[in-house]
Amino acid sequence: MADLIIKNGYVYDPLNGVDGEKYEIHISKGKIVDEVDRRDAKIIDASNMVVMPGGVDLHSHIAGSKINIGRAMRPEDHRKDVMPRTSLTRAGVGYSCPSTFFTGYRYAQMGYTTVFEPAMPPLSARHVHEELNDIPIIDKGAFTLMGNNYFVLKYVKSKDLNMLKGFMAWLLKATRGYAVKIVNPGGVENWKWGKNVGGLDDLVYNFEVTPREIITSLAKVNEELGLPHTIHLHCNNLGVPGNWETTIESIKSVESIKPSEGRTRVVHVVHCQFNALDGENWVKLKSGACKIAKYVNEHNHVTIDLGQVIFTDTTTMTGDGPWQFRLHNLTGNKWVNSDVEMEAGAGVVPYTFRKENPANAIQWAIGLELALMVHDPWKISMTTDHPNGGPFLYYPKVISWLMSRKARTDTMLELNRSCIKKTGLAGIYREYDFNEIAIITRAAPSMLLGLKNKGHLGVGADGDVSIFNVNPTDWKPSMYRDVENAFSRAAFTIKKGEIVTKNGEIAANPLGKTFWVDAKVSEKIESDVLEDLRSEFKRIYTVSLNNYPVQDAYLPLSESVEIQTGRCLS
Amino acid sequence: MEVFSDVVCPFCGCLCDDLEITVENNKIIKTKNSCAISLSKFMHHEDNRLNYPTVDGRRTDLVEAINESAKILASAKRPLIYGLSSTECEAINRSIELAELIGGVIDSTASVCHGPTIITEQSIGLIKSTLGEIKNRADLIIFWGSNPTESHLRHLTRYSMFPTGLFTPEGRKNRFIVAVDVRKTKLSRIVDLFLEIEPNKDFELISALRAIVRGVKIEAEQVSGIPINILKELAERMKKARFGVVFYGLGLTQSEMGDMNVNAAVGLVSDLNHHTKFVILPMRGHFNVAGANTVSSWLSGYPFAIDYSRGYSRYNPGEFTAVDLLERKEADAALIIASDPVAHFPASAVEHLTKIPLITIDQKVNMTTLLSRIVIPAATVGIEADGTAYRMDGIPIRLKKIIEPSEGILPDSEILKMMIDKIRVLKGGY
Repeated sequence: MADLIIKNGYVYDPLNGVDGEKYEIHISKGKIVDEVDRRDAKIIDASNMVVMPGGVDLHSHIAGSKINIGRAMRPEDHRKDVMPRTSLTRAGVGYSCPSTFFTGYRYAQMGYTTVFEPAMPPLSARHVHEELNDIPIIDKGAFTLMGNNYFVLKYVKSKDLNMLKGFMAWLLKATRGYAVKIVNPGGVENWKWGKNVGGLDDLVYNFEVTPREIITSLAKVNEELGLPHTIHLHCNNLGVPGNWETTIESIKSVESIKPSEGRTRVVHVVHCQFNALDGENWVKLKSGACKIAKYVNEHNHVTIDLGQVIFTDTTTMTGDGPWQFRLHNLTGNKWVNSDVEMEAGAGVVPYTFRKENPANAIQWAIGLELALMVHDPWKISMTTDHPNGGPFLYYPKVISWLMSRKARTDTMLELNRSCIKKTGLAGIYREYDFNEIAIITRAAPSMLLGLKNKGHLGVGADGDVSIFNVNPTDWKPSMYRDVENAFSRAAFTIKKGEIVTKNGEIAANPLGKTFWVDAKVSEKIESDVLEDLRSEFKRIYTVSLNNYPVQDAYLPLSESVEIQTGRCLS
Repeated sequence: MEVFSDVVCPFCGCLCDDLEITVENNKIIKTKNSCAISLSKFMHHEDNRLNYPTVDGRRTDLVEAINESAKILASAKRPLIYGLSSTECEAINRSIELAELIGGVIDSTASVCHGPTIITEQSIGLIKSTLGEIKNRADLIIFWGSNPTESHLRHLTRYSMFPTGLFTPEGRKNRFIVAVDVRKTKLSRIVDLFLEIEPNKDFELISALRAIVRGVKIEAEQVSGIPINILKELAERMKKARFGVVFYGLGLTQSEMGDMNVNAAVGLVSDLNHHTKFVILPMRGHFNVAGANTVSSWLSGYPFAIDYSRGYSRYNPGEFTAVDLLERKEADAALIIASDPVAHFPASAVEHLTKIPLITIDQKVNMTTLLSRIVIPAATVGIEADGTAYRMDGIPIRLKKIIEPSEGILPDSEILKMMIDKIRVLKGGY
């Protein structure tokens, strides 16, 4: 592969403090380098264009049983967006539940090069990896569901954090997972009896532990292990009006936990929009964004992603079984429930966010309010919780709303007036600049995930670059459609030094790698955990312990992040 | 002598993964933990094998068989690819890639077994769990139009009736078991309640139960041959169960109005979730029929009945399902992978299948291979080749390779890859 030089572009590389400067990016053998030999290099002229690191998405349901249920149950979804086969690319169909090849192509076309699947049930981890291997171009990884796992609940109950530590390390490796995901802790276990939890101090049946204990134990051990990402938390009471209090209480519960070396954060709250609802019920619903934003502004141990709502027909899918049942009852829409023995659950329900629906209009505003009211963009990652808030295809629209008050106003005028009366969005004048967009779509998610070679363009970083055809020096917020168009079809997407899309068309079709974490614990802990697993597994699982871990065959191209645990448990 | 443990059985949707297989000199000499069917599958996997490729009944080598197949498929206007449920996921994956490449129609055996389950999932959804949830929690189990004592021999001991689990320490004693069928079976003799119903009257019975659960008064004295007081008791038992499950089989999906039967059953279970925890699970037959739907969904967006003639996938059961396509005499070539449609399809569909160039990839001689223009022998997945299979409840498990196939016999996935490569050459790199 020829070396690459990208010249004349306005570079936004927030992790290296570069804010719209014109300078050359050199790439050789898939990595950013100081300088390549000009005579042999391919030169891309990025005059009047924006140059950013490849996009990083830390929360998008792209692979595994949930999204696949969505695909299978929603044939009506797929004809809205189709890609016929070409000599270079495989066929694919969209829309909210896109097929795997399609997912890779559409992300690359928008300049994204790294995406994480945020909810992998351990027992079906093989399924997630099989799908990840069929998503071309982008690098990826998956977060392992732990918040309702039998062994986690058992060790939390016995307060044996060493065993919990050993188990978490084992489970991450067994599933080839990248981070610890918690979904409605305790609530999903109770859902297996048709119930839920209503708050942080409710009891989980038969285990006599609380969501609070689950969250704090997992967070504590996560930091002790020194995992690259913090816990990735889908809070209790998602989608319940008034849930902002539960959200803040959840974040508060881990306030005193000592973060892993070199960082201040200990929790990432996912798709925060769905957990920032104020008001007693759906009729009295109002935005709780300012309360969440105030807390986040005052504390450095928490980061959030948006879960921005898009007005379209989409498919909701979470590991939160009771919430999906609630949504099924609210809408009357078809409902798939899928509980996984000993460890997790899931539900899938189609949903249409409508402009005339007062609650939907408020939800739309909440996502944007969160992004605009939290002062520090490093605490924010841009997501739609694809496809829960809307398909990832709409990221450029979210960018235009964040960068242009006029874009927001134009949309607001089409919405139910509740978004003006019940939220503070109309009073917000802040507009993101290109640098801040680069932070929330690249630098911040990459930093939060602890990906040292992603999300920036410093020497040694992966040669993942996106170039957008918009001139930042004469762009004004009133031109928001230009920025939306530019981010919809990157002029170039470069992955590992290879041009993979050009003017929005796929130019190359390589397979990206899968990240996973190999956390080491002491041999003693490891053997204690294995002994406990052996003693219980056969009685409670229907798959043998030897057949449970994901085999190497499922990771043809992977990068493991090895973690030696530095600190001991006191 | 070598003993392989935790071997996965590649026969039915139970995908039991605790087998012990003893191998000596590349021959299986003993199995442990196998059911009768599994025992036969492992011990007799060498019987009746296809030993070499044939074209028009003439023995040939693999390369020629691939080349001939590629020519047929590359030039066909409406090729059909069918089967898939008795092979592993990589082969299914390749089959879909091939369908894409030749602009063909691809369908799996789901279209003649649990198609109604999929269609129900698309119309109202499905309320399911993995089998371990049943083992650990269920205290009410209903087998409807399904008889695991004949079809899924270890289902009762591993997952449903007998095992002890986390919240079912006494196994069978913790559970009330119901069977609903049109005749007495081995299962009906060992359950707590057996409802022998009139054939093709499932829909009425499910609807009556649903009405009772919803509190509607029913005036009829009996429904589908079952007295109403028994139904009322059952409905009450369902509402009061701690964790209930309906396992249903082809008795529900393939009797009259199969789609409506499954739709009604899922509706009943959905209603019951307002009272307690209740799930419903299809008893999938072939060991990887769930995998066929799963892989197909992630690659094409659709679980079965897919047409690639426009370059991208389109879905329409009844139009792109194999039987319908053949009955309309639309297909002009067919590739069958790990299946025997000649033995199982209606005569009208088989008649057309025998008139078009037919290519079959299989391990053993069957009705379809006997009528095929080209036959390519394959290694037995789960014995001579590894790969992934999805259990009836959607859990993916790695199949093991425990012996070497005969020389020159390749796994389905490799044969399909060779075919794809050859067709790409024929199509000028497309």
